[in-house]
Amino acid sequence: MQPVVEVSGLRFRYDDGTAALQGVDFHLFPGETVALFGANGSGKTTFVLHLNGVLTGEGRVVVCGMPVTKENLTEIRRRVGIVFQEADEQLFMPTVLDDVSFGPLNLGIEPAAAVERAKSALGDVGMLHALDKAPYHLSAGEKRRVALAGVLAMNPEILILDEPTTSLDPPGRRDLARLLGRLPQAKIIVTHDAWLARRLAVRSVFFEGGRIMGDGATDELLKRFDWECDAAEAMPARLD
Amino acid sequence: MHIPDGFLSTPVWLTLNAVGAPAVGLLARRAQRESGDIKAPLLGVMGAFVFAAQMINFPVGMGTSGHLVGSALLAYTVGPAAAAVVMTAILALQALVFQDGGILALGANVFNMAIVGVMAAYLPYRQFGRGRMRTFAIFLGGLLSVLTAACLALSELLLSGVRMPGPVVTVSLGLILVCAVAEGAITVAVIRAIERVNAGWIRGPEAMGKPALGFIATAALLLVTLGGLVASSSPDTLESFAEQVGIADQARSLFETPFADYQARFFEADWLAQAAAGLAGLALIFGLGLGLGKLLRNRRAAGRPANAAGGD
Amino acid sequence: MHHVVLERWSRGGSFLHARDPRVKILAALAILVAIATTPPQTAAPFAAYAILLIGASAASGLPVSGVLARAAVVLPFSATFAAISWVSGDPERAAALVLKSYLSATAALVLIGTTPMPKLLLGLEKLGAPRMIVLVALFLYRYLFIVSEQAQHMLQAAAARGGLFGKARPLRFRAAGGAVAVLFGHSYQRAVGIHRAMLSRGFEGRLMPASALALTVTDALFLGGALVLAFASRLSAGAGL
Repeated sequence: MQPVVEVSGLRFRYDDGTAALQGVDFHLFPGETVALFGANGSGKTTFVLHLNGVLTGEGRVVVCGMPVTKENLTEIRRRVGIVFQEADEQLFMPTVLDDVSFGPLNLGIEPAAAVERAKSALGDVGMLHALDKAPYHLSAGEKRRVALAGVLAMNPEILILDEPTTSLDPPGRRDLARLLGRLPQAKIIVTHDAWLARRLAVRSVFFEGGRIMGDGATDELLKRFDWECDAAEAMPARLD
Repeated sequence: MHIPDGFLSTPVWLTLNAVGAPAVGLLARRAQRESGDIKAPLLGVMGAFVFAAQMINFPVGMGTSGHLVGSALLAYTVGPAAAAVVMTAILALQALVFQDGGILALGANVFNMAIVGVMAAYLPYRQFGRGRMRTFAIFLGGLLSVLTAACLALSELLLSGVRMPGPVVTVSLGLILVCAVAEGAITVAVIRAIERVNAGWIRGPEAMGKPALGFIATAALLLVTLGGLVASSSPDTLESFAEQVGIADQARSLFETPFADYQARFFEADWLAQAAAGLAGLALIFGLGLGLGKLLRNRRAAGRPANAAGGD
Repeated sequence: MHHVVLERWSRGGSFLHARDPRVKILAALAILVAIATTPPQTAAPFAAYAILLIGASAASGLPVSGVLARAAVVLPFSATFAAISWVSGDPERAAALVLKSYLSATAALVLIGTTPMPKLLLGLEKLGAPRMIVLVALFLYRYLFIVSEQAQHMLQAAAARGGLFGKARPLRFRAAGGAVAVLFGHSYQRAVGIHRAMLSRGFEGRLMPASALALTVTDALFLGGALVLAFASRLSAGAGL
């Protein structure tokens, strides 16, 4: 089977000189879900921004058989949908419907058809009732769903979610995991949330200092890098 | 000082809308041509920042506090044309959503704060924004942005026939000066702090011209603004000026026609003469402003291209 | 918060809410111009404007007392100048300043209270407002309350640690400068984030409108009616009152 994402030797340096990626190799197969772990600043977000050409570094990035180059950007951005961590930055249009139809309109779809696509995507995430609402009035969970709809409205083949469960309450987290589990796309989930990763991703990779230091089964990886607060440690120490 | 509706006489608000709208349109098209729609989010968020920054108080002495006005800070971070666009958007939303400033008076407020205010802020920065004089240039820019805008607003009120006895004008001028100095100091403090976080957020001044020219331009702007204020606070001078120029009669017939039967009293001579003379004065200021603006823009075109957010 | 209330008002379903934003803007301008050009020494037109505006608020389901209370924000400014005019021997103008500014603010509130901001801005663009300013205003409105909340949180955090009070003035001044700079940095980063999110969804330099405006016969009739009413009210100055 041909991978939908193939990355080799990817390096990237920010304008201020920070070396964010120092040789990353990665692949993702169709329908697969991979969780990306690692400390803050280890390069996870910088890495995923390369998969649709928002950032470009040295090395090879091939998405759906196309190298990420200027000529392919329009097509690649249609196929790779990113749901950003900060929902308020993603929902920049004045109403929910405007925001979700933003992507389809950029693809050159007629306004009426774009609105239909937006409505169908909002239906998929259960937010059809909020059509005319301003994003400001949505709860954190609702914002996350609308942001997801904005990406789904573009019919992507690959979904990238950056910290999708931050600031969600436990029921919100559960609902989102259920929703994501139903979506057929190949998924990359950048997260600190071990529960979510266990639930959705069989495979995980671990980032450290701009490199991938581990790639394997989620359970095994979480143990190897000691990436969970376990129950025993969570017990309060006795005060005496 | 945001002028509400109901304060300006018809000729004054009409003229200022007539000069403000095309000027802003020009600046907006310019800002858009530089970068397409892609700059709109950055400028919108910067406008939101200026709104929000006004919640943070600076102690200015004698138990009172001031806050950032922002036209100078915007001019030094997003550039003068974009700063004028942001200030216009701020003023429009203030008028619509917060009833802070009028809708018909929007032209006047935009002219004072978004056009002349931003220009006054940028002139000293452009000339002296590098090297030893830098801090002083930033201070002066902040000071001038408030001073010119407030003096213009005061002049427009006086031209509209709002009566203010001499002492009131003097006290107002004193207050304006205090606010202007505060804005200068606040702008310096904020720019310094921003530079400590990320110096890349401040736009350096464009290639400098002759310092003498910048000095003259700054001085001229100040003189015209203050001169306009002095002239408008003594209507006699203006009236005789208007009579001499002969525009009063023309203007009178122009504005009289639509409501001739109903408003004869309203358009009595001295009221209109003042206003007409005011128009002449404002047109003069605006002409000067436009000339300076053009000069600035031509220079700027040679400078570095505008950088949209997220170019990293 | 102020805007939340206005936003709720603007989502109503009355006759006025349903009108095209363009005709509402023009109608509001007509009444503003009428108010602005009314001679100060007359009473009848001002009464007519007040009846028109209160009638429009009530008919659109806006809380009339709420509209009138919100319009009062202009009063401190107007009252100051009115007092100065009064003392200078111009009581007619003093009254006119207060009346005109108050009625104008009411008219603006009726407009914004029956038109959601995005629609209003779209209407302004269709009427010829520069696109760049409309877009900037749109983003400004979207992020205004988010950035303000951030500022509020910063002030709370500062207060929780003893605040910016009590220290020597230069120190407090510098601290406030630092706070504004931090807010600036957050805003700038947010703009970078928005930019990335836009690019990720295929943005290539031009925002496309999803909703179009369509003028109906009712809109035209409404505008005609509004113009006649504004003009008639204005002319009542000639009735010798």
